[in-house]
Amino acid sequence: MTADVPTYLDGNAAAGALREVFAVDLTAAIGRCNGCGRTGAFAEARLYVDAPGMVARCSGCDGVLLRVVNTPTDTYLDLRGLTYLRVSSAE
Amino acid sequence: MDIVSPGFTGRRRSGTELPPGQYLTHEFPVLSAGPTPHILPEHWEFTVTTETGEVHRWDWATFTSLPAEEITKDLHCVTRWSKLGTDWKGVSLDTLLADVETSADFAMAHSYGGYTTNLPLDDLLDGQAWIAYEYDGEPLDPEHGGPARLLVPHLYLWKSAKWVRGLVLSDTDDLGFWESVGYHEYGDPWKEQRYAGD
Repeated sequence: MTADVPTYLDGNAAAGALREVFAVDLTAAIGRCNGCGRTGAFAEARLYVDAPGMVARCSGCDGVLLRVVNTPTDTYLDLRGLTYLRVSSAE
Repeated sequence: MDIVSPGFTGRRRSGTELPPGQYLTHEFPVLSAGPTPHILPEHWEFTVTTETGEVHRWDWATFTSLPAEEITKDLHCVTRWSKLGTDWKGVSLDTLLADVETSADFAMAHSYGGYTTNLPLDDLLDGQAWIAYEYDGEPLDPEHGGPARLLVPHLYLWKSAKWVRGLVLSDTDDLGFWESVGYHEYGDPWKEQRYAGD
């Protein structure tokens, strides 16, 4: 059995994939986990990329916050695990 | 298997026996959409829940006392790697479902950690699927789905749910973890059914 090293990246690594869908950098947005209610910057999420898609999980409860799947023609985005994403409108 | 040198086996197979769009690997890549659950066998159980709500349950001792089969199968991952001739030991779903009365057409596999994947029930029967608990003669590593995983090698490997804990039988083909965000509901590698609509 291999050592139990983390198999995830931090949420900042999602910046590129999310920029393709959103015009703003969402990794700085404040998100609320729909599972445990933890609130924090999206960049604090645990990002699993060695998978058929990208999965961001809550650093508090490991619940799924976001899933992104890129197919040859479309990008699927599932945000069900986030109660909200709060994006600052201040300059 | 033909008696040929392993070196030529690989090249011959890579040219003639891989599904479209796949490449051959001799590694066993670990793909995971979340943290690896560490389930002790004494805490493990496997359940089959029918469409009427009847629950069939096996603990580790009962499960491993069932007749097991040695299985050698090729694996095809939707991320395009294929690994040929992998050796497993497990219990056939034919054995586990033998006493389950159902008229359901579909099954949802559920895993420790919350993963799900959907399959037609017919694809779990007739010697096509197992709950595997040994790989290469050793207990199955947690990173590869141990203590036990579903093995449905004729479909893309995301259907072979790691850390499987149960099947829920249903009359409707609901979508699992990857199928609900763009992956194909069936996933036949020979028809290259990677994404919805393929």
